[in-house]
Order: sequence, then structure tokens, then C-alpha cells
Amino acid sequence: MSESTVTDNHCHSEHPEKPRAVQPVTSAVTELIIDGAGCASCVGKIEGALKAVSGVQQAEMNFAQRTVSVSGTAPNEALIQAVERAGYNAKVSSAESDSDELDEKEQADLTYYKKLMRETWIALALGAPLMAYALITGEMSVNTTTERIVWLIIGILTLGVLLASGRHFFVGAWKSFLNHSANMDTLIALGTGTAWLYSMVVVFFPEAVPAQARHVYFEATAIIIGLIDLGLALEIKARGRTSEAIKRLIGLQAKTARVIRDDQEMDLPIEHVLLDDLVRVRPGEKIPVDGEVTDGHTAIDESMLTGEPMPVEKAKGDEVVAGTLNKTGSIVFRATRVGKDTALAQIINMVKRAQNSKPPIGRLADVISAFFVPVVMITAVISALAWLNFGPTPAIAFAIVSATTVLIIACPCALGLATPMSVMVGVGKAAEAGVLIRNGEALQTASKITAMILDKTGTITLGSPKVTDVVVVKGRTEHEVLQLAASVEAGSEHPLALAIMETAQEKAIELSKATSFNAITARGVEAEVDGRRVLFGNEKLMHERDVTLNVEGDDFVQKAQSLAADAKTPMYFAIDGKLAGIIAVADPIKEDSISAIQRLQKNGIRVVMLTGDNRDTAKAVAANVGISEFIAEVLPEDKAKKVQELQMAGEVVGMTGDGINDAPALALANVGFAIGTGTDVAIESADITLMRGSLHGLADAIAVSKATLRNIKQNLFGAFVYNVAGVPVAAGILYPVLGILMNPVIAGAAMAFSSLTVVSNANRLRLFKAKEH
Amino acid sequence: MLIINIAGVILIALIIWWFWLYKPKAEQVGNDDLVVVVENGVYKPSHILMDGNDAHGITFLRKDASPCAETLLIPELEISETLPLNKPTKIHIPPLNAGEYAFHCQMQMYKGTIKVEGDPS
Repeated sequence: MSESTVTDNHCHSEHPEKPRAVQPVTSAVTELIIDGAGCASCVGKIEGALKAVSGVQQAEMNFAQRTVSVSGTAPNEALIQAVERAGYNAKVSSAESDSDELDEKEQADLTYYKKLMRETWIALALGAPLMAYALITGEMSVNTTTERIVWLIIGILTLGVLLASGRHFFVGAWKSFLNHSANMDTLIALGTGTAWLYSMVVVFFPEAVPAQARHVYFEATAIIIGLIDLGLALEIKARGRTSEAIKRLIGLQAKTARVIRDDQEMDLPIEHVLLDDLVRVRPGEKIPVDGEVTDGHTAIDESMLTGEPMPVEKAKGDEVVAGTLNKTGSIVFRATRVGKDTALAQIINMVKRAQNSKPPIGRLADVISAFFVPVVMITAVISALAWLNFGPTPAIAFAIVSATTVLIIACPCALGLATPMSVMVGVGKAAEAGVLIRNGEALQTASKITAMILDKTGTITLGSPKVTDVVVVKGRTEHEVLQLAASVEAGSEHPLALAIMETAQEKAIELSKATSFNAITARGVEAEVDGRRVLFGNEKLMHERDVTLNVEGDDFVQKAQSLAADAKTPMYFAIDGKLAGIIAVADPIKEDSISAIQRLQKNGIRVVMLTGDNRDTAKAVAANVGISEFIAEVLPEDKAKKVQELQMAGEVVGMTGDGINDAPALALANVGFAIGTGTDVAIESADITLMRGSLHGLADAIAVSKATLRNIKQNLFGAFVYNVAGVPVAAGILYPVLGILMNPVIAGAAMAFSSLTVVSNANRLRLFKAKEH
Repeated sequence: MLIINIAGVILIALIIWWFWLYKPKAEQVGNDDLVVVVENGVYKPSHILMDGNDAHGITFLRKDASPCAETLLIPELEISETLPLNKPTKIHIPPLNAGEYAFHCQMQMYKGTIKVEGDPS
């Protein structure tokens, strides 16, 4: 089909203009992606609309790629509105994908790391020899003119270090000060600035301080700056590792898609794929956007998103999801979700947001962080005053050392990082296991769950009933019974009818037309098929129609009871008033439900099953999966009440359901778990979404949550203890008893590595294996 | 010594006043053109005045390479955004009830407030 013959609603006039290539441009250019342009005649219309916008110099459309390149000064909003007025949709092409963003972030981090390392070396190049000199000779005092000259030179060199390696602390501190806020920069700038200023006072005006106090602290100034820069640099490296999970998810995105437009295949960046575009994917390639298969057959590996190890067969009509891997065949699919709407983009977005959210446990640290720096500044002043008033001689030197050490050792960052770093790794770890945690609060509450309510259908079981047994009386065949039953049920939407139809289809049974169809409420159905009167339903229906259920000594009631005891639903089938057999239908239990439930129970969680099914079936299913507590015949609206009852009994309740019927119960539970079907993440009522159907996701989610909370507690404890113990020791609290006063250099090292310790501890979570818990 | 002690107490009082008690006035009226630059440990402007009747967009431009500056949180609005370096990021603020809404980095070292006047109609 040629371009000029393609028509759509937007083509009001034929304008057989050929698509033109985007011209290279030198001025500011905006690239718009046009949606709804079905024919080449749209080109002139869109270009005309854009050229009419004030500030537009040129507008050139590439019809094949459905992009238009606009140069000029017009704002993007005006361009989009102009295209929309012309009857199309437009968006600004963000040539930048998550993957590009990540690359840029890594590049920016690397540049910053290198800068900090350079600053570290500069500071240590001066600080280390000075430190060695101080340790070897113990002589850092100013007594002679020569010493004054030498120390003046060193003081100026130290100022050079402060400017070259510590300038960012001082600028940050000053800007924060003007902004009425204080941060880590404030403490470092005040600490090192005080030490340097005092030393310069000693150099310039030695007589202003007592003879015993004429010490200089240039080595401390340089080394502290060097160590803190080193700590920050190492922290950046460690932080990079905390976001590995999100990197892995972003890495799943394909960069290009092979789009078929106007019978031509072209490789386009995935940002340029439009809704309803046909996309070809060959074996070994990633699915670039979400869609529905229109041609071909293949097996797709979805394990990267769902954790489900087995490849999933896909054929015409099946859904494919961006980021998954096409294994065997070549397929063509129609794009149904593109850009930020794909399941993968939503997952990435959700994980990013959850990683940035804080669980309630972090709130105390937040409150403390908000007051921390000024409190430390006040402590430093009080400490200096205490030394000046009560300290031994030289009191001024002790006061300066203690104030500097207090300012340097206090580390608001360790407190601030304690929670977010662990959440970052924990949420990412969960995502790797196919568990999407909505926010930090859900993460924290999941770690405290004491009771888990499981909906039976679709949660413990597959949710799609299947024919399990066809028991026929002598003289009848399975084929005959199934053929008649399926003929009667054809067209019905009832799950049991669907199960029978499916079996008939699998066995390639040809159906006949049913007439005189009559549905008998709570009993079954009757109809005429091929001139035979057919009855299909429960025991009551058979009794009412005088159908004998004991055929030649063969008790079919007993057979039916035995099937019910195995969690199957038996239905009698009679032809012309005589029993022909029993068809039993069951919703099979998921392969790994039993082991998953055992995992939950092993972790001390009370597992309760809820179902709308009859008691016998519920009892049988519960027994099969090892649940002793079950509630049957529950209406969907009563599920929330059961959640409430357990909460009243003091349980922290997790509710697991399919997210549709169970929405109120999911919302009411302390933590609502939605079992995703494949990669459908549009389940808004759940706190945690399990992307695969397996209940092991529940145990994984709880295990990861517990491990993350444990990690947060370790971090918070470490950060609290570090500051609570470090600051008083730095102030000299041990001096009266043990004669110990901390060296500011030690404080600098401790401060620099406290943040690093927090980030490294959070990184330990990466090694956590949820499946082993 | 008395003078030093008095100076110390005044210094403590100044710290308390400057960092906790002082209530800065909103520096800039929030509108869709507002750009908040994240640089040198601060948001500039950090105190924003807004009309609660309308939704607004505030563009954050991070120029500070420190990873501390990377995350922007507005807890009360459940906004949590990663700010790329040297790239504007537009944050959409819905119509809000009158009051003060804090925004800060993950460790609360960078801080700012959005003061909203007038409830949404």
C-alpha cells in the first residue's frame, strides 16, 4: 500500500507529499512525535500548523518515523497545542531513556568521585607529612621566630588546601547559613576553620595565648579535610551499589524496536514507537514495548520481571511485555502500551518511588536530623566554655581542641543515611524477587505480619477450574458424556461451563446444537441435544427428576462424595432420564502453594484461608495445603469484616487476593498483597504486588522486609550510638576520669567512615537470599 | 572570664535564634516559571509562596554534584523525585490547603518550604 492511498480520519485533503528527511539543524530544535498521522497528506497540515506558531522558523516532518523537527524559539506547549488543534496528538521526543539517564548519573558520580579523590590527595599530601612530623617529634608549638616563619608558610599552604580541597564545605556552610539552615558542611567548615584560625593566631600573636597553648593544628586541618573527602568519595562508590536492582530493571529495556509502518520495517528508538504500531521481534531479542501478538508463535522468558523460571508460550492474541526475552520464534505484535505506560516503565517508576520513601522507623532520625547540627554547635560552645572555666592549663588550647573535635566528630549524615540506604537496597532486592513494595510503610508493616489471610480462588488455587474426572456408567463413553455436556454448556460464561468447554476443545469434540434450554436456579440445567433430553446438575436436581443414582449396584452418590472430599465439585449427568455419569470439576492448587504456606507457618505466621466456596470443598483444599483455619461461604463483602476481626484479636494482618473482589479487604488489612497476573501492576489497592502467581512471593516479601528492617535498626543504632557516645567523648567527658581527650584527626577519620559504614551495611542486604528464609 | 562566658551564652542564643526561631519570609511567589536551583548545599529560593487555588509546577535544577542533592522529598504531598544533574525537573504541585509544606533532601540537609495562602476553591 502506498502512502498516498492510506486514509484516516485526519486526512481531509490529499496531499501526496513524500516524507522528507529531517534536515540537520544548527539552531534550537525540538523534536515532536506525532500520533494519529495516518497518511502522507497529514504532513503538510502538521507542518503548516506548526509554521503558523509564532517563533517557529522551520518545521520538517519525517512521515515514516512520525516525527517532526521544529526549529525556532516557540515554547513546546505552543507547538503541542498547534498540532492538537490540527487534529493530532503530539509529545516532545525525550531522546533520553531511563538507561541514558542512568548512564549520565553514573558519569556524573564518577566525575564527582574523581574530583573528591583529587582533593583527598592534595589534602593528604600536606597533612600526612605534617602528621608524621607531629607524631615523631611531638613538636608543633611556636616558640622562636624561625618556627613562626616556618609555620606561617605551612599555614598558608594549609589555607591552600582549604581552598583547593575544602572549598565546597565552606561555600556550602556559608550558603546554608544565609539560608538559616546548617548541615554537615557547617560542622566541617566550623571545625577546620576554627583549628586553622587558632593556629594562625598562635603564629601571628603567640603572646596572646599562654606559652603552653602555643600549638598549631595545621596537620589536623589538612588531614580532616582529606579524610572527609575520602569518606565522601568512598560513599559515592558504595551508594552506586545500592541502586543495582534499579539498574538491572532499566537494563531490561530495549533501545530500539523494529516497527512495521506502511509495509516497511524500520529500526526506531523505543521512544518513537506509537500505540497500535506493528512491531517485529526475532528470537533472542527483547520485547521493546507492551503489546498483543498478531502473528507468529514463540516462547518468552518473563523471569526477569516475574521470577517465574519457565518460558511462557505466546501466540496470536496473547500479551507480551516490554523487557522480556523472546526465545524461540519470530512474532509480530501490536503495541498496546508504549513509553512510560509499559508495565516495565511502571515497575521502574514504582520501585524508584518506593526506594525514595521512608518507613515510619526513620521518622525519629528525621526529627533528630532537623535539630542535629545546631545542637552540636551549641555543644561545642558549651564544651569550650567548660574547658575555659574548669579545665587545666592551657585551657584555651583544650577549649579549641574539644570544640573542634565535637564539631568534626558529629555526623548527621550517618543518621540521615541509615534508613534510606537500607530501603533502597531492600526494595530493590524485593523487586528482583518479583515483589513490588509500594512504599516504606508497607515494607515496615510487612515485617510485623502475624496473620496472613489467603483467598482460595486464584491465590491458593489457579483460579481456572478444570475437568478432573469423568465417571461414566456402563454402556456410556466419556466422549459421549462430554460431547453432550459441552453442547449444553456452549455459550455459558459460568466458570464450570468454561472448564467443560475447554476440555471438549482439547479433545477436539464436535458440539451439537442444544434446544429447549432451561436453567434451573441452584440445581443445574436441562436441554435437548440431538433429540435426547439431557439433565446436568446436582443431586437435588436428579432426585426431583427421579433419576436413579445407583446403577446396577454401582453407587454414584458415594463416588460423588469421594470426589467432593478431594476438593472437587461433582455434577451428575443424565440422558433421557437415566444417569450417564459424573463430571467433576476442580480448581487445581498451584504447584508450590503447599511449600509456600509451610514457609509462612514456619516463620510463625498464622495462615487463614477465606473462600466463597462450600464448606466441603474449602475443608478439602485447606487440608490439602496444610491450613487448619479456614472460613467458607464468605461473601466478597464479608472478607473485610474477617480482616477486622483478626485485627481486633491483636493480629497484624496481611491479606492476599486478586485485587478485584478483594479490594476492600486488601485496603483494610495492615498490608494488602495483590497477586499479579503476569506483569499486570495496575493493582492500586495493594501495598505489595506479587508479579508472579506463586505464594512464595509472600514469604519472600516478608523475609526481605524483615531483613531490611533489621538492617535499618542496625544502621540507626550504630548512628545513634556513634553520635551519642562520640560527641561527649570529643567534648572531653573522659578527661577528668581517664585523662583522655580525643585528637581532632581521629574525630575526622571516625566521621568520614561512619557514613561509609552505614552505606556498606546497607549493601550487605544485597547478599540476602529471601528464598532461604 | 565573665566576658567570655557572656559571649558564649550570646553565641548560643544567636544559634538558637538564627537556626530555629527566625522565620524567613517567602522569597519568591511560586508560578509555573519558578526555577529552584539546587547548589552549594541549598535550594535557591528556599522559601516559596503559593496560591492554594491553583496547581503549580516548580522546576528544580540541580547543579550540586553531591549525592545528597539527588533526592527531593515533599513528604506531605508524597512527592519523591530524583533530580538529575544539570537537567531541569518539573514537579507538579496540586492545589493545596493553606499552610506550610517542607521540602528537603533525603537527609534533611537541604531544606525549603512552600507556604500556601488561600485554600483551593
